[in-house]
Amino acid sequence: MSTHDHSTLAATRPDFAAIAAWIPKGASVLDLGCGDGSLLRYLQGTSKVQGYGVEISDENIVACIRNQVDVIQGDLESGLSGFESNAFDYVILSQTLQATRHTEPLMQEMLRVGREGIVSFPNFGYWRNRMNILQGNMPVSEVLPYQWYDTPNVHLCTLHDFETFCHDNKMSILARRVMTGDSEIKLLPNLLGSTAVYRFKRAV
Amino acid sequence: MLPSYELIYETYGTLNKDKSNAVLVCHALSGHHHVAGYYADDPKNVGWWDTMIGPGKPIDTQKFFVIGLNNLGGCHGSTGPISINPETEKPYGASFPIVTVEDWVKSQAQLADKLGINQFAAIIGGSLGGMQALQWSLAYPECVRHVLAIASAPRLTAQNIAFNDVARNAILTDPNFYGGNYYEHGVVPARGLRLARMLGHITYLSNDAMADKFGRGLRSDKYSYSYDIDFEIESYLRYQGDKFAAYFDANSYLLMTKALDYFDPAREYNDDLNKAFAVARANFLVLSFTTDWRFAPERSRAIVKALLHNRLKVSYAEITSTHGHDSFLMQHTHYHDVMRAYFDNIAREFTA
Repeated sequence: MSTHDHSTLAATRPDFAAIAAWIPKGASVLDLGCGDGSLLRYLQGTSKVQGYGVEISDENIVACIRNQVDVIQGDLESGLSGFESNAFDYVILSQTLQATRHTEPLMQEMLRVGREGIVSFPNFGYWRNRMNILQGNMPVSEVLPYQWYDTPNVHLCTLHDFETFCHDNKMSILARRVMTGDSEIKLLPNLLGSTAVYRFKRAV
Repeated sequence: MLPSYELIYETYGTLNKDKSNAVLVCHALSGHHHVAGYYADDPKNVGWWDTMIGPGKPIDTQKFFVIGLNNLGGCHGSTGPISINPETEKPYGASFPIVTVEDWVKSQAQLADKLGINQFAAIIGGSLGGMQALQWSLAYPECVRHVLAIASAPRLTAQNIAFNDVARNAILTDPNFYGGNYYEHGVVPARGLRLARMLGHITYLSNDAMADKFGRGLRSDKYSYSYDIDFEIESYLRYQGDKFAAYFDANSYLLMTKALDYFDPAREYNDDLNKAFAVARANFLVLSFTTDWRFAPERSRAIVKALLHNRLKVSYAEITSTHGHDSFLMQHTHYHDVMRAYFDNIAREFTA
């Protein structure tokens, strides 16, 4: 648990590599819903970032400390009032967006606290998900591993939905990377991509 | 000014060759140097933080050299109001100077010098002890690698000072107080000290913990319709008050509460805690407990915010516990897991 090999991590979480590619060396990073701190540990290795995680679960707090990742226990749903405006270069929300209840204010908070935001989430528009729905079932897959009755995911969206959301909330998308497994999807991403990572900032 | 002073301390474990594994434990209001273990001739006298410190415990004395001391002004062996003033050959009593958290940290730094320790691996404390640990990071930023402030605060709130003042008034208005020079009258202001402790004790527990432990339980089946003890909680508090008044010195209690009230590192920076922590260099672990209303989690979060502002390395955990402020002294699996994980990382810095 305490040590992760970078290459294995990048293989199991291809969004990590995509995120790392965007972050310059020495940047300051806040990782919201950081889990056991794997991403920050990865970024400390690849980009020498100065970072903190925010995590709600007791178990993950201990896991982060074991991973030598600085972590602040807190509930994202009550906002980021513990963090000053423009305190970070990047605020990351990795595979957590879909499980947040107050998604809109949280996205705004990300751009208050950070210069840029990075979000990754499972694409609900992925063709397998559409197939499941057509067959009459809620999708269950590697990126959406929950049953309808135990899922923490309350705000699932498609790439189109997310991009519309950004537009409506005056956020401009700087970069996008869509993936299925570890291969990048450029053709029909909203249909063929299972996960997406976006980098965005406040539109001026 | 004191002409000289003595500090009593205990150590556990072995100081390594390059003296890089030392941990200083700062005590709270009623603590002392006996933090862990017990004495061969007194097996019942177990250290006040024995759950945390010892071989194989979160602060593992097989890896760390742990120092516990009794602060200046205390009543467990270090020079304090009860000590004999060599100039008058009488107890200092009221003439003992008020000491502050800053003074304590200075005296602790002198102890470190005596022991040849240039830099502590960690300095740790709960409550008032946490304030001392924080103060170390400000007064001697290069002399401590990790600061652990548990159930602490960057300064007391008005409500918190108010509790202290009621406690002090109980002592100050005891007819046996004699302006602090009660020793020469052969009495102690036990009633005042007992009241002070009873009040303090209420604030260290949570409403829920008290309800769970005592509820409205009665000592006998019926109400007595008198001012004698009816409820279990009354019996418990009086017992705790009596026990405390039998061994603690009232002048030390006054002095410790005043040190709490005065601590406020932001004061000289226009109340800007961010500026106060600008000099700090240590890494921090800040812990609070959900039901602690005397040193509430938001007080700890204020510390964290100032540390984040200064880009210091900090982790913060809010431990779910029912035991109020006293939680920091209790056995608690998750709390101890956090501490163990953090200290394991510290140990890696000097064994690697």
